[in-house]
Amino acid sequence: MSAYLKLDHISKSFRRGSSETEVLRDINLTIHKGEIVSIIGHSGCGKSTLLNLIAGLTPVTTGGVLLEDREVNAPGPERAVVFQNHSLLPWLTVYDNVALAVDKVFGNSKSRAERRSWILHNLDLVQMTHAKDKRPSEISGGMKQRVGIARALAIEPKILLLDEPFGALDALTRAHLQDSVMQIHASLKNTMIMITHDVDEAVLLSDRIVMMTNGPSATIGEVLDVKLARPRKRLDLVADRSYIAAREAVLKFLYERHRFVEAA
Amino acid sequence: MTLAVVKSQEPVTPPAPAEAKVIALPTSQKSSFAEMLPRYASSFASNVVPPLITAALILLVWQIAFGNPGATLPSPVQVWKDASDLIVDPFFVTGPQDIGLGWRTLTSLQRVGIGFGLAAVVGVMVGALVGQSVWAMRGLDPIFQILRTVPPLAWLPISLAAFRDSSPSAIFVIFITSIWPILINTAVGVRNIPQDYRNVAQVLRLNTFEFFWKIMLPSAAPYIFTGLRIGIGLAWLAIVAAEMLTGGVGIGFFIWDAWNSSRLSDIVVALFYIGLVGFVLDRIVGALGSLVTRGTAAA
Repeated sequence: MSAYLKLDHISKSFRRGSSETEVLRDINLTIHKGEIVSIIGHSGCGKSTLLNLIAGLTPVTTGGVLLEDREVNAPGPERAVVFQNHSLLPWLTVYDNVALAVDKVFGNSKSRAERRSWILHNLDLVQMTHAKDKRPSEISGGMKQRVGIARALAIEPKILLLDEPFGALDALTRAHLQDSVMQIHASLKNTMIMITHDVDEAVLLSDRIVMMTNGPSATIGEVLDVKLARPRKRLDLVADRSYIAAREAVLKFLYERHRFVEAA
Repeated sequence: MTLAVVKSQEPVTPPAPAEAKVIALPTSQKSSFAEMLPRYASSFASNVVPPLITAALILLVWQIAFGNPGATLPSPVQVWKDASDLIVDPFFVTGPQDIGLGWRTLTSLQRVGIGFGLAAVVGVMVGALVGQSVWAMRGLDPIFQILRTVPPLAWLPISLAAFRDSSPSAIFVIFITSIWPILINTAVGVRNIPQDYRNVAQVLRLNTFEFFWKIMLPSAAPYIFTGLRIGIGLAWLAIVAAEMLTGGVGIGFFIWDAWNSSRLSDIVVALFYIGLVGFVLDRIVGALGSLVTRGTAAA
């Protein structure tokens, strides 16, 4: 497999007045097409900053982000983001939220009818067609996140960036959505980068887990290959040896070698 | 197993209480239906009766205070005697300068409409610029903060000099009075657009125009309408004062005219008109605001 997305010697510093803090140092990562890569680490290690760098929402200090060998340094629809707090526009209905994205990205290439059926298709993909005329305030947190995913999928991104997408949800809803993500990935084979702080989620969903050291000047500590066959079934994995081994490896990294020193 | 047995026993007992409930439910439903109308009426009454009582008390006190002969101000009864034609028929026309207060109010409202409409458009646009751009804010905000403290009527001489006509001058005074709260509130609203919405716009690569219409206006709408509501109130305050000085047709000039010809009762009636129209204007903008910002408030 060839490199699809390449993070080349990325570092990021934030300057405030005269003081400068280095958040990320020398990040090198290659992501292949169709892969799900999780980025895990303690809070404050710069995971979200890294995702924002890939999304182009924050400029890199040094190094570069290359998508299909071309440098990207501004946000764009080929790198869709599913935000942690869904970021749906509260004055638009579920349908209109997705339509805003679809009309902007496919306004010239698809007819009105095509766009409509494409929006409905994507809502159907996340099982949210039934609530298409509701406003975000009228649906649950899990549903909002589903719509956020539909909005991101609907613009057919080359890479789907998920920023702790299920962090604010309860365990049952989270499991449902994780299953949905796996189903979507099975049928669409999209490339995904997911920020998470949930070890089980990382092992269950990912092909590779990128473990970050603690900040400041955080970098990639280890990359773990998760060699589990797909489709993965939550219940079957509980007793699976390689699942347990992968889980243990991540936990050891996080709690033995890179304990969060400032943990309150 | 024992639990199952207990459960299977339970359904045997209910029939008796169930029958009792069947009788109880319809009666409670009937009573709630019957209560519906009185409850509505009582909520209406509880909102309308207190202000009516207050109004009656004020009229009574007023009558007692100014009812004796030689009082400096007319009593309510005197007002009715002198100016009942103004109260009863707002839209009479008996001569070029003898028209009902409704017509005069409409003339004033037209000026407010133009001045306030311009202020709304310019205020929202400039406010959006100031809220969006740090440099625009640094450059413009201090000047706005100074200009907005200038009293409305202080603008009148200079606008009379500039426009050389009373009507555009009055409109300019309305404009310059009502633009500041609109502008400043819009700027605050735009500055408070959540970063998430900006990120969404960036990822989708919305251009400036799309961002303005699809993200900025709806997101800042609650702030904008707060500004509009303050603005319409100030506009109505200013028009009366401006018309008193510029003359012509209008509710403000009517008061000045009545004062010059010692028709105090007419002034009292005009005050009521001004108060009522100001109240209605405020409620219209408020209702429009809550209609437009339905979704935005509940994020």
